[in-house]
Amino acid sequence: MHAVKQKMILGITGILVMLVSNVCFGAGIPDKVSIGSIQKYYAPVSFNHAAHINKLKDCGLCHHHTTGAQVTDPNCARCHKNSGAQPVVSCKGCHVADPFTPEALKQQRDQQPPVYHRDKPGLKAAYHISCLGCHQKMNGPTGCQDCHKRNDGGDAIFKSGKYAPKAPAKPKAAHH
Amino acid sequence: MIERRDFLKGCLACGVTAATVSVASGKAMAAGSFEGYPDAMGVLVDLTRCVGCRSCEAACNNEQKLPEPDQAFDDMSVFKDKRRTTEKAYTVVNEYKVADKDTLYRKIQCNHCTEPACLSSCFVNAYTKTKEGAVIYNAKVCVGCRNCMIACPFNIPAYSYSSPLNPLVKKCIFCYDTRLKDGKPPACVEICPQQVMTFGRRADLIKLGHDRIQANPGKYVDKLYGEKAVGGTSWMYLSSVDFDKVGFDGHIQNEPIISNVKDFLGFVPMVLSIWPALFTGVHLLATKNKDGHHDHEEGDHQ
Repeated sequence: MHAVKQKMILGITGILVMLVSNVCFGAGIPDKVSIGSIQKYYAPVSFNHAAHINKLKDCGLCHHHTTGAQVTDPNCARCHKNSGAQPVVSCKGCHVADPFTPEALKQQRDQQPPVYHRDKPGLKAAYHISCLGCHQKMNGPTGCQDCHKRNDGGDAIFKSGKYAPKAPAKPKAAHH
Repeated sequence: MIERRDFLKGCLACGVTAATVSVASGKAMAAGSFEGYPDAMGVLVDLTRCVGCRSCEAACNNEQKLPEPDQAFDDMSVFKDKRRTTEKAYTVVNEYKVADKDTLYRKIQCNHCTEPACLSSCFVNAYTKTKEGAVIYNAKVCVGCRNCMIACPFNIPAYSYSSPLNPLVKKCIFCYDTRLKDGKPPACVEICPQQVMTFGRRADLIKLGHDRIQANPGKYVDKLYGEKAVGGTSWMYLSSVDFDKVGFDGHIQNEPIISNVKDFLGFVPMVLSIWPALFTGVHLLATKNKDGHHDHEEGDHQ
């Protein structure tokens, strides 16, 4: 029952993400991207794409070689020095939401050629490693709830808010 | 007289040789006797990615239906102490200040050894190393002797001291029942926002770990902790600083813990079966000669 519910949530999330990205693709570069890959625990992030573009200028910082930006990593440059813009640019186009299913692991193992892109983080980690890594360097917000507010499901698993552990009965110092 | 002394020397020499041979063969057997199940899964933990959010602790508590924690999982004040695993927490994250401003976090849980010391030390056979790589235990047969707590080189098994009637050993089981046996990653791996933990076949992860070291020159120390430690562990680690600095035992032996006693234990049946016969023979021969000599001496006196 629980698994079915989980799958439904995943499916709905997937459809939402697809819709959002299709809309974005149609409109060219999106100004805002709604990211909701961990809606079970956190409210979706309304990512201000435009503000980040204005601040960073370099698309390659997040999109690697896919936007046709000049690649600096010598390891990537071996193949992607002149590979140009790719049809797939969105994060979820390459980073899978569920990287450790038996199927995903098998696919990774059987990948041809058997080098590069094998150590590719899943979608959730791609977001966090990229966003948080940069925020740490550039003194951006780094707290979990600075970007996404935790919802009731999150409070339940973190035993926080209304799910907080009852304070252990400690003998209190007598008041004067 | 001289003949007898030579004979005794010969016997002793034979005994010593037999003992040496048996010890030597014992060692050959112990070294790398179990390479691990070929499809055993593992987890590669990259310390440089961890941000200390404690989501893994929360997910573990939820998945394993552990008791309510003392503090909420978003309470970062827990980092002021170095914590260890308990009956209420099969995994904990500790914080290490490694340089002026650098902080590393290290998650602790059972490392799921290829040749587990807990398993070797358990005299009721409560522990099992499954083909999927997990070290699980049968709480029904556990008698609470706590040998495994002493044997574990990583100090992992905890004990339910709070339960006076049925105290049990408690530790991470790689989410075996609920996830691993169906090929799914454990709850901590799944919830981690940073993919600090990479789940996969242990054999693949060893390659992945070394590739990651190679692809990022200067980022990591050139060691995959757990690849060789105590005969190999399913959970392996990458770090940007010496492992000693983040709470690991950097000088841990590469031989499985059982090798420390296997030689000795292999010697015991030999001692029990051969020595009584051997030394009874020696004794009989020695006393027989002595008696004859004694008679002769007595005769001389008369």
